[in-house]
Amino acid sequence: MKSKNRNGGQQGKGAVRRAVATVGTAERHDINLTVNGEMYELEINPSHTLAYTLRDTLGLTGTKIGCDYGACAACTVLVDGKATLSCNTLTVKCDGKSVTTIEGLEDPATGKLHPLQQSFIDSTAFQCGFCTPGVIMSAKALLDERPSPTEEDVKQALAGHFCRCISHYLVIRAVLEASRKREVA
Amino acid sequence: MSKEYRHIGKSTPRKDARAIVTGRSRYLDDIKVPNMLYGKVLRSPYPHADIRSIDTSKAEAYPGVEAVITYKNVPEWIDGTPRHRRLLDRRVRFVGDAVALVAARTKEIADEALGLIDVEYDLLPAVFDVEEAMKPGAPQLYAQFTNNTFPHGCRAFGPKALQNVVMGDVEKGFKEADVIAEGTCAYENIPNPLPPEPPGVIASWEDPGHLTIWPASQSAAMTRNFVQPYLGVDVRVIGIPCGGSYGSKNCTLPPIGYAAALARATTRPVKIYYTKEEHFSAYTLRLGSRIHAKIGLKKDGTVTALAADWLVNTGSASEMTPGQVAVGCGEAQLLVRCANWNLQPKVVCTNRNPSGVVRGFGGQEFKSALTPILALAMEKAGLDPVEFFKKNFVKPGDGYYWRDGKWWDYRGIDFSEAMDKGAEKFGWKDKWKGWGKPTMVEGTKRRGVGVGVHGNADVGEDESEAYVRLDPNATAVLLACVSESGMGERSSLCKMVAEVLNLPLDRVNITPPDTLVNPFEYGLAGSRGTYTVGTAAIQAAENAKRKLFQLAAPMFEAKPEDLETRDGQIFVRDHEQKKIPWVKVMSPYRTCTGHGRFETDFSLCNFMMTFVEVEVDTESGKTRLLRVVGATDVGQIIDPLSLEGQLYGALGSAGIDTALFEESVLDETTGNIRNGNLIDYEWRRYPDLPEFENVILETPISSHRFKAIGVGEITCAPGPSAVLMAIYNAIGKRIMDYPATPEKILKVLGKLQGRKPG
Repeated sequence: MKSKNRNGGQQGKGAVRRAVATVGTAERHDINLTVNGEMYELEINPSHTLAYTLRDTLGLTGTKIGCDYGACAACTVLVDGKATLSCNTLTVKCDGKSVTTIEGLEDPATGKLHPLQQSFIDSTAFQCGFCTPGVIMSAKALLDERPSPTEEDVKQALAGHFCRCISHYLVIRAVLEASRKREVA
Repeated sequence: MSKEYRHIGKSTPRKDARAIVTGRSRYLDDIKVPNMLYGKVLRSPYPHADIRSIDTSKAEAYPGVEAVITYKNVPEWIDGTPRHRRLLDRRVRFVGDAVALVAARTKEIADEALGLIDVEYDLLPAVFDVEEAMKPGAPQLYAQFTNNTFPHGCRAFGPKALQNVVMGDVEKGFKEADVIAEGTCAYENIPNPLPPEPPGVIASWEDPGHLTIWPASQSAAMTRNFVQPYLGVDVRVIGIPCGGSYGSKNCTLPPIGYAAALARATTRPVKIYYTKEEHFSAYTLRLGSRIHAKIGLKKDGTVTALAADWLVNTGSASEMTPGQVAVGCGEAQLLVRCANWNLQPKVVCTNRNPSGVVRGFGGQEFKSALTPILALAMEKAGLDPVEFFKKNFVKPGDGYYWRDGKWWDYRGIDFSEAMDKGAEKFGWKDKWKGWGKPTMVEGTKRRGVGVGVHGNADVGEDESEAYVRLDPNATAVLLACVSESGMGERSSLCKMVAEVLNLPLDRVNITPPDTLVNPFEYGLAGSRGTYTVGTAAIQAAENAKRKLFQLAAPMFEAKPEDLETRDGQIFVRDHEQKKIPWVKVMSPYRTCTGHGRFETDFSLCNFMMTFVEVEVDTESGKTRLLRVVGATDVGQIIDPLSLEGQLYGALGSAGIDTALFEESVLDETTGNIRNGNLIDYEWRRYPDLPEFENVILETPISSHRFKAIGVGEITCAPGPSAVLMAIYNAIGKRIMDYPATPEKILKVLGKLQGRKPG
């Protein structure tokens, strides 16, 4: 992968980063993608999934791949604010869209965590942690749309997430707690 | 109890919490090493065959392919208990067995190269049923195992490893019984523990005598302990965060062998990372357990005799199956106090996925099959199962043969209070209406309750060592080879050290689980971490502190034993006006290190009782799990939220749900697993969570300074038999083979045509 900054080394938001992820003679597509507030011009193969682009092209490995066929939701990210299975989404279909991954939740300037992340820490709402980034992204989509969800809302929003440690009960507690704290704040 | 402690018993954030919630926690799939190749495995489409010919020339010539390995050029590496499984063999023994290995520059190239390997097979008849496989004339999987039956013995557990339970005189015992019950029960649904992260490893040779591996493993230490004798070289294991294991990623050698062989052939690092399909169809599954048992029981709950044939289906290979039999035999004696035993296990191989280590390790499989037969006897004797378990679960003064074949006197606590408190929370006395009697009937819906129990003396198994190093800046480092796969053990150990040293928790850290830098560790298995590694860590911290106080004593003109420390300041007990910081005592150019060691102790056990309430719809046959109450006594809670998480784990990783819907459906005409993907394999989802409560007692247990024992592993184990009991009580008909699918329920209710199962 080659990567260069079009704006001559200018750092931070507003700069457009360019990445080439095509190999050999495969068909190429140029797309524009905003990831965690950064704008990218990407040259990709049409077969690349968003999960592949995020992880392998952009190095954002916080998004995990469990099954790679859209059945476990470990790879959930937000595309234009909507919870989306990135292993089941072709990157070419995301041209012009804005993607938020788990890496985009923490305030890069202050290191302050998103209230959901803090709530997951406070409730130890994970065991092995492999499914956690995806779960947090779905929970964020829920709270953005419905700031005061019921327990049933949380269960429905997370219905597709495969977790074998059974952290479900502590996750529900963490999501409701994050919602409650936001109401107070 | 926890009020007297600064950290122990209080909920504190996991050490790795921030890494996990920010996505910085890097699992195997997130790791690349320079110059790394990708390995892939060609797998057999047949359950039993010999390779007639194999042509790899096209694959070898494919651009980007760096090595192809078949049985013809594979190293002579043989694993299993006993050693019997070649890394690649001319004979394939299950659908998914390895036929050839490819290393290539990309995963895609490796995948394409697999398709270029031409293989011709001579098909052989296959056998899947444990009793069919034992018959003379059945297809033989290994020449050395006559009638597909494994010899007794488990080298890892010593020369006298427990392989049966024979005590007293069962015929005499049956004569003393008030009732005798006989039956068969099968826990053979080979559920997949199925951690979210598939198995895999990176292997890299430093030179022909030194291998470094990064495995997705529950235990870097155990991986080294198993891989070194397997490969016969010095192995460094660098542990990385593990995306779930539940026992299944402890010491599974084939993927490590594939990566090591390819890395040797290419002299480059190689990563093997299974797809989810391979995880289902080519990886280890829980062993199959079928029991024919005869039980003699008195009306007061005394078991007078227990005779059983325990048929253990280990699939196409045995990773540790005789070891699981040893622990199952030990656990049998924790469950039933009986003077007359004849429990005879047989380990038998068949043509499906190999069986390996899974949470429950023989005990869950044994209890799940035995308890429904015990229930037949309890019903005949008119006994309430809670009272039966209370009378029979091991008590101080009892003893048992454990996995090493030696007799151990039990010196733990009586768990009756935990059983009573659990029953009270569940409302057992109100809900229990007698055997085969529903708690409630409403239209087509019938509710029933059940209970199961489990305990394991593995809490003190095997050896652990630790160092604690005190640094002058009032921080401490625990050197212990402990991996993290979800239990929070690394954080709990730091809490124990911080408690001993009276330091804030953020001033204590633990080394990465790298076998090059850490002292000996057996590895996290069973529920051993709290007692075994805990003891070593506590001792190491105490010894380091003692050295520090010896240095400090002259500065106070006091004896070392009169000194105390808090937050990196030393003072004479009850004279806090004079304090000297660690750095003044040590100088900036010194550290103080203490060592600790734990030796095997099978004289304690843990305990878990699970109460369940189910609702069966007699029209659809569907069973809903409504409520679960878990009851345990852990001596002392180390971290309440980590413990709570482990207890909820009763549902996942092939636990309670193996009685309801979890199974690998083996097609016995083709040998394929029909539901080998995450869409067809059923798993517990958020909207279907039962109400779940835990009762956790803290009766001090004579383990270590903090009087605690672990319980994590066994939370799954009592649940499956409890569910079958609850279903029987709901509908008045028994199901004696797991899982109780709607089809089986409708059959026993006479609502489906066809043979009765079980």
